[in-house]
Amino acid sequence: MANIPDELLYSAEHEWVAGEPTVGAVVTVGITEHAAEALGDIVYVEAPQVGDTVTAGEVCGELESTKAVSELYSPVTGTVMDINGELDSAPGAINADAYGDGWIFKVEVTAKPKDLLGSEAYAAITD
Amino acid sequence: MTLHSPLHEEHVRLGATMVDFAGWQMPVRYAGDTVEHVAVRTAAGLFDLSHMGEIMVRGPQAAEALDFATVGRISAVTLWGAKYTMLCHPEGGVVDDVVVYRRDWDHFMVVANAANKDVVVDELIDRLEGFDAWVEDFTPGIALIAVQGPASAAIVMAMCELGAGDIESMKYYSASNVLLTGGIHAFVARTGYTGEDGFELYVNAADAVQTWRLALALGEPAGLVPCGLSARDSLRLEAGMPLYGHELSRDTNPIEAGLGRIIQWGTDEAPRGDFVGRPALEKVREQGPLKVLTGLVGTGKRSARTGYAVMDGSDNQVGIVTSGAPSPTLGAPIAMAYVPPALAAPGTELHVDVRGRHEQMTTTALPFYQRGA
Repeated sequence: MANIPDELLYSAEHEWVAGEPTVGAVVTVGITEHAAEALGDIVYVEAPQVGDTVTAGEVCGELESTKAVSELYSPVTGTVMDINGELDSAPGAINADAYGDGWIFKVEVTAKPKDLLGSEAYAAITD
Repeated sequence: MTLHSPLHEEHVRLGATMVDFAGWQMPVRYAGDTVEHVAVRTAAGLFDLSHMGEIMVRGPQAAEALDFATVGRISAVTLWGAKYTMLCHPEGGVVDDVVVYRRDWDHFMVVANAANKDVVVDELIDRLEGFDAWVEDFTPGIALIAVQGPASAAIVMAMCELGAGDIESMKYYSASNVLLTGGIHAFVARTGYTGEDGFELYVNAADAVQTWRLALALGEPAGLVPCGLSARDSLRLEAGMPLYGHELSRDTNPIEAGLGRIIQWGTDEAPRGDFVGRPALEKVREQGPLKVLTGLVGTGKRSARTGYAVMDGSDNQVGIVTSGAPSPTLGAPIAMAYVPPALAAPGTELHVDVRGRHEQMTTTALPFYQRGA
């Protein structure tokens, strides 16, 4: 079964958020191991650009695997501060280490998120 | 209702990601799409294809009946031989693409796609009317396990208690009955859907687990890995092989699909009578197809996928993508698409609308990948 760390928050669209998403805080975003497994080997990541405004629940990029294409949703609203440039040449990091080297972007939160899930609630929707 | 392969528990135990495919729960991947794909190109892969349909056609006129039912001259298939053919609709469109094996002078096995199995059974029953031949669906009782890749012959030979010599000398698109270790009877064919050398082992469903484990145990030292439907799809795409529901459909005829060669019209020496779809297909042959299947290769990272629009230089839609994926072997996006014949010449620059952005792709002859001699 896919790993779902307790210390992270999750969106229903299978993104994770590391860090307390209070207004002004910078949080790290990626996709869950469950999502990575469902997609298969990820070969291309189109992340938002630094400086972009992203909105919780809205599409901000795309993930392409050998088998499928999936939209990337932002789990929080805010401004993109950093993106994981390593994914350009090594997108497989998302499959190998979804919660570590496979992080996708960092956001400075500008609005308190409403719909994030704890690990147990997220586990319940992945069954 | 969801159908389960007799190997379902094995897949779960191996940690496969399971998906619904044509009503069956089947493994889409085990360790990963790319490692599985590469294993088949360099060593070997093991596939559960038990969802495929095995339909027996038997009787004194079974051969003549299949000559009428399909576009191929099945009566010319020799004992233990195999033929890739199609059932076509009277209008020329494809009912299904199938492999027909001759197991005896009056006994043929028609292997159909899972999604089309029931349709093929019904069509065969209809088309056999008036012939002294009958149709039996053996699908639930038969497991199909494929060993594909350059190491496959050595692995399948090692699995044999009796018949390893038959495997070694077996020609492509022929078959034999062998006895596998443990006393398992298997009908083994040198066929596949990967573009590599490979074998397909038809065994009693009750022997499936033992056969699967035997192949894994003997194959793993040679680099064999279990492979899911995802690798199967990327392998067949590189090999330019059509998939029903993508390149083939009721709205597509074999000539458009670039498979006109499988239609056996007959010759002066060996004329051939009527078969279902013949008049419609003759018209296509005379007038030429309105669309043809072409390969497309891109330079970017984003792949064209099924259903995406193919555009010309003036941004007019000229075709449609039927399958597409990043090719592990070529390291570039590849796709198959239907375009007008005038735009199919290799080297034609086209664009594909990949989710709102146009990606440049160049037409190329199929297949994308061909194994070395």
